[in-house]
Amino acid sequence: MNTVSGNQHLIELAGITKVYGMGSYAMHALRGIDLHIDKGEFVAVMGPSGSGKSTCMNILGCLDIPTSGTYLFKSLDVGVLSRNQRALLRRNYLGFVFQGYNLLNRTTALENVELPLIYRGISARERHRRGREALEAVGLTGWESHSPSELSGGQQQRVAIARAVVIQPEVLMADEPTGNLDSTCSQEIMELLCAFTQERGITIVMVTHDPGMARYAQRTIRFLDGLIDAEKLNGEAHS
Amino acid sequence: MIWETILLALLAIRRNVLRSSLTILGIVIGVAAVITMVTLGDGATAQVTADISSLGSNMLQVRPGQGFRGPGGTRSTANMFEVDDAEAIGREIFGLEAVAPTASRGQQAIYGNKNWSTSVMGTTNAYFQVRDWELESGRQFTEGELRAGMAVCILGSTVHNELFGDQDPLGATIRLQKLSCQVIGILESKGQTGFGQDQDDIVIIPLRTLQRRIAGNTDVSAIYVSAQEGISTNAAKEDIERLMRERRRIAPDEDDDFHVRDMQEIVSTLTSTTRVLTALLGAVAAVSLLVGGIGIMNIMLVSVTERTREIGTRLAIGALEREVLMQFLIEAVVLSSFGGLFGIILGLLAAAAGAHVLGMPFVLNPGIVVIAVVFSAAVGVIFGYFPACKAARLDPIEALRYE
Repeated sequence: MNTVSGNQHLIELAGITKVYGMGSYAMHALRGIDLHIDKGEFVAVMGPSGSGKSTCMNILGCLDIPTSGTYLFKSLDVGVLSRNQRALLRRNYLGFVFQGYNLLNRTTALENVELPLIYRGISARERHRRGREALEAVGLTGWESHSPSELSGGQQQRVAIARAVVIQPEVLMADEPTGNLDSTCSQEIMELLCAFTQERGITIVMVTHDPGMARYAQRTIRFLDGLIDAEKLNGEAHS
Repeated sequence: MIWETILLALLAIRRNVLRSSLTILGIVIGVAAVITMVTLGDGATAQVTADISSLGSNMLQVRPGQGFRGPGGTRSTANMFEVDDAEAIGREIFGLEAVAPTASRGQQAIYGNKNWSTSVMGTTNAYFQVRDWELESGRQFTEGELRAGMAVCILGSTVHNELFGDQDPLGATIRLQKLSCQVIGILESKGQTGFGQDQDDIVIIPLRTLQRRIAGNTDVSAIYVSAQEGISTNAAKEDIERLMRERRRIAPDEDDDFHVRDMQEIVSTLTSTTRVLTALLGAVAAVSLLVGGIGIMNIMLVSVTERTREIGTRLAIGALEREVLMQFLIEAVVLSSFGGLFGIILGLLAAAAGAHVLGMPFVLNPGIVVIAVVFSAAVGVIFGYFPACKAARLDPIEALRYE
């Protein structure tokens, strides 16, 4: 795999389309997306429902493959990878944060955070160390042995973020991470995400409906009808 | 990785203890049923073998007639043996330990006002050796008593109990028809045969006494032969058959008019019968194991559906198809193995209790325990595979969206 050289972007989408169904039933979710994301960027993705932003996120997250067009991740063509190869790519480079947290029930916060490390085959002792470290980074020291049902929504999302960053990912994919949270909690979560980009250089791609949340990002991409409708730099990120 | 997967499976099982234990109930019952049936069956086999061995497993019986040849047969028309025949066998056949000519009659035994219908057998001291039968008290016949046909008798323990109760019969006189007999010994109890016959219901007198004073002839109705240790009863049987054909002048194209019964043969016939029964019972019980396996598949399918989002999450964070498959497969195997383990414990307890109630020996068969473990694990693999495949093939996007 090539390393990122100066003029290459971390993520490069060129002419990406995605069609569901066939013939007259075909639904064109994406109609030709060109997009670059550089290392360390914090990008917000906005747009109404059905605008194609979720489809684009799935493709960016290597969960789905485009119908046509090329997706280069670290100069590697994701389109030619098998299902298992994409799983390995996700395992090693991508972190996911979902709107619904998607933590394992009846499993402690620490065990949830350790989950991706198990798939990486890391020893139990090292897992515990890194898991505690990640929980500390999201401000949940002391909550390691609590199960998700004992945590508030904001705390659960923090556990989910800890689970995403515990593997030191290149990119963190956040799908409406504050969709289920109140504004105070949302702000805390956004500050946490900002801190990860600034301190660790983790690239973040975040889908959101809330313009207030999008303002934390350095760049906002707006989707409409399967195309990128507008792109704007937010100038200074939240200060 | 495999260890980690087992750990994950254990965690998943721990997360839902109630459902897990209900899931394995089918396997527990299946395995317990198989173990109980087979263990009890083995106990029955062991008991039958032991019962028949009490007849003397190195023993041959030579009887006139063609033996088990259907109704009628030629038994009644065949000539009886003579004492000479027994002597010839003892003299000419190699490797025999003892040869006892016998003749029997059904007879009333009377002592005082007590009256017991029993079987009177005339024979020699060799009979005790052939049957490996010790005296509990008293003595065997003397040479003189045998030769002169004196009125002495040795009682089986049933006859002893019926006629004398707790009294000591030694020296007492009992009456067999018109013959007054002095009791000189009491046999040890041998219990019932495998056929349910009471071996102790017998009075033994010298052969000559029976022939002269009760039967009024010189017939010998059966010759009991025991082979020496290490001598094949089969070889002895063939030798005796050859000798008897010669003595009874049977032409080469004629059938035997006597038969030699090998106890070993009877043992193997009976044990193979009980083995077949055991196998049948075990097979019926194995059906419940199959049902238990289907139960596991059912619950695993429910579990996969219920945990769709979890599977989606695992796939999203980079679990390979193979790893998800292994997780669910191992979960099924761990579940069914736990079921097997509890089933073995339950089955052995039930078998021990059953053996106690039925008065049979408890025979632990390590083979069936191993089979039960392997089989229950196999049930997990077979019935866990389909749900596990279903889980592994889920589309992560769909799975994450699943409500």
